[in-house]
Amino acid sequence: MISFTDVTKVYPGGTTAVGGLSLVAPTGKITVLVGPSGCGKTTSLRMINRMIEPTSGTIEIDGRDTATLDPNELRRGIGYVIQSGGLFPHRTILDNVATVPLLLGWSRTRSRQVAAELLERVGLAPELGKRYPNQLSGGQQQRVGVARALAADPPVMLMDEPFSAVDPVVREQLQDEFLRLQAELGKTIVFVTHDIDEAIKLGDQVAVLRVGGVLVQLASPAKLLADPHDDFVADFLGRDRGYRGLAFAAAPELPLRDEPVVLLGSPVADGARIAAGDRWVLVVDEARSPLGWAEPEVLTGVIDRHHLHRGGTVARLGGSLRAALDAALSSPSRRGVLVDDDGSLVGTVRAQDVLAAIERRPEGAPA
Amino acid sequence: MNLLWDWLSDPANWDGPYGIPVRVVEHLGYSAVTLVLAALIGIPLGLWIGHTGRGRVLVVNLVNGMRSVPTLGLLFVAVLVVGPLLGGDIAFLVPSIFVLVVLAVPPILAGAYAGVEGVDPGARDAARGMGMRPAEVLVRVEVPCAMPLIFSGLRSAALQVVATATLAASVSLGGLGRFLIDGQAYRDYGQMAGGALLVAALAMLVDLVFAGVQRLVVSPGLSPVRATRRDRRRQPTGVLDAAVAHQT
Ligand SMILES: Nc1ncnc2c1ncn2[C@@H]1O[C@H](COP(=O)(O)OP(=O)(O)OP(=O)(O)O)[C@@H](O)[C@H]1O
Ligand SMILES: [Mg+2]
Repeated sequence: MISFTDVTKVYPGGTTAVGGLSLVAPTGKITVLVGPSGCGKTTSLRMINRMIEPTSGTIEIDGRDTATLDPNELRRGIGYVIQSGGLFPHRTILDNVATVPLLLGWSRTRSRQVAAELLERVGLAPELGKRYPNQLSGGQQQRVGVARALAADPPVMLMDEPFSAVDPVVREQLQDEFLRLQAELGKTIVFVTHDIDEAIKLGDQVAVLRVGGVLVQLASPAKLLADPHDDFVADFLGRDRGYRGLAFAAAPELPLRDEPVVLLGSPVADGARIAAGDRWVLVVDEARSPLGWAEPEVLTGVIDRHHLHRGGTVARLGGSLRAALDAALSSPSRRGVLVDDDGSLVGTVRAQDVLAAIERRPEGAPA
Repeated sequence: MNLLWDWLSDPANWDGPYGIPVRVVEHLGYSAVTLVLAALIGIPLGLWIGHTGRGRVLVVNLVNGMRSVPTLGLLFVAVLVVGPLLGGDIAFLVPSIFVLVVLAVPPILAGAYAGVEGVDPGARDAARGMGMRPAEVLVRVEVPCAMPLIFSGLRSAALQVVATATLAASVSLGGLGRFLIDGQAYRDYGQMAGGALLVAALAMLVDLVFAGVQRLVVSPGLSPVRATRRDRRRQPTGVLDAAVAHQT
């Protein structure tokens, strides 16, 4: 647990970067600091590992005041991922990741072995370990940055916009992998971003800061979307808050319909027969994984991959209301496809049934 | 051309206490002593200034100031001042080396300073953030990353020193400068041209040696190429990576 008690940072020159910040980052959870540029996120983060010294107030990690600890010892026990990556250009990827273990005095062999395991953990091929940072893509470099911070298995991780330097597709991928990793590792993480969507996606709790380093609201993402503290938070959260809030509401039992399916590669005539007058028919593979919708009337021959309408999203059974609703809204047949954890079809659901489930929720409940 | 060839191919010039090999060794001796001294002064000073960011103005002024000093003039002044205090060859050797060191320090200092100054602030910050002490940051991150520029400073100093060490001969010392001075005195143009050619060849050779050492010492990760050719052949899928990197 990391706790800030009335922490203030005034830079020489008079800028108050952080003003009287009090908050607790619970053990094993992701706490996201979010806010507009210059609101003191980086300053707050760097005060935890004493890269910056607070002007007043105390920061404790598991009840120990960091001001009483040796800064270098403190930092060796905290993983720190900086925004620009900060990889060492003269060291191979493997040696970059092995840096902290080596600093801690582990043997070279053991450090490298741990580094190699971590590369795999963050989804990098072992051969990349022999390369140098300038031979990696931006996304790969950011993975290395995360692996390097994890190397000595620190209980606490500080991450300053670790995924900001990559394009949206790669960012999404890195975020998903990050959440998967955190589910395994359960670190105490303080994560800085200026991207509210990232904050809502990754945070167990989100701290919204205003310029001057003032905490405006500290809440779970669902609570934040459902009940913003003031106009500043509401504006910062942006549009579609109601819809986005559904992402945090587990879908209750939805009335599923059995969906007739046709196997990919079947004659179009079979598709038409199975559709039984309906315009669209769902095409699956041998494992009953949905592949897309086909329109038998306009096709001839056998049903081929390129015949498929792929606009529809697929929701997982027991997933969120948002995913279920989106599956229905995006499906050309208006029937949203639901799958089980293995990705095989369980049935379809209509938007009106999802909406009915949303309506049935208690009033004023955080989404 | 003929005179040059005659002089170079005369076996008598390659022999004895005043022969070419002896002069080459003398020349290399002056140059080596100079470079070692200049490196001992320039590298630590440059690293310190680059690491602390203190005294940057000093570097710029010092480097420019020292470059504008007329070398030969300084040599004669040094001989006049220091000479009487010492005796024999030393009276000339010390001023000569001093002048050469004055010449060699600026590029070495500038290289070391610029090398450390140019280290990615992110790498430096990450090093500090993982708990390296200032000395560890310097030794483990800043110096290795500064190596390419430290070497280019050393190499440019070495070229200048080897070329300029000829001036030792003008105060009656040895080295390849002897051939230039003596050749001029006897109007032996073959000898002058031969001496000049040997100086140039020696400078190139020394640079080649430095280049070889540099290859061994400097991390391949610091070379500007994105991927080694071998890597590219092994990694035909690298195109995708490159495309991703492009967007960042
Ligand atoms: N070393 C410094 N000296 C003086 N002022 C500083 C210093 N570092 C930051 N500041 C100021 O403190 C305020 C907070 O800076 P900080 O870097 O913490 O913001 P941030 O929330 O991380 O912003 P961004 O999203 O742009 O990274 C800003 O007004 C900034 O100009
Ligand atoms: Mg910042």
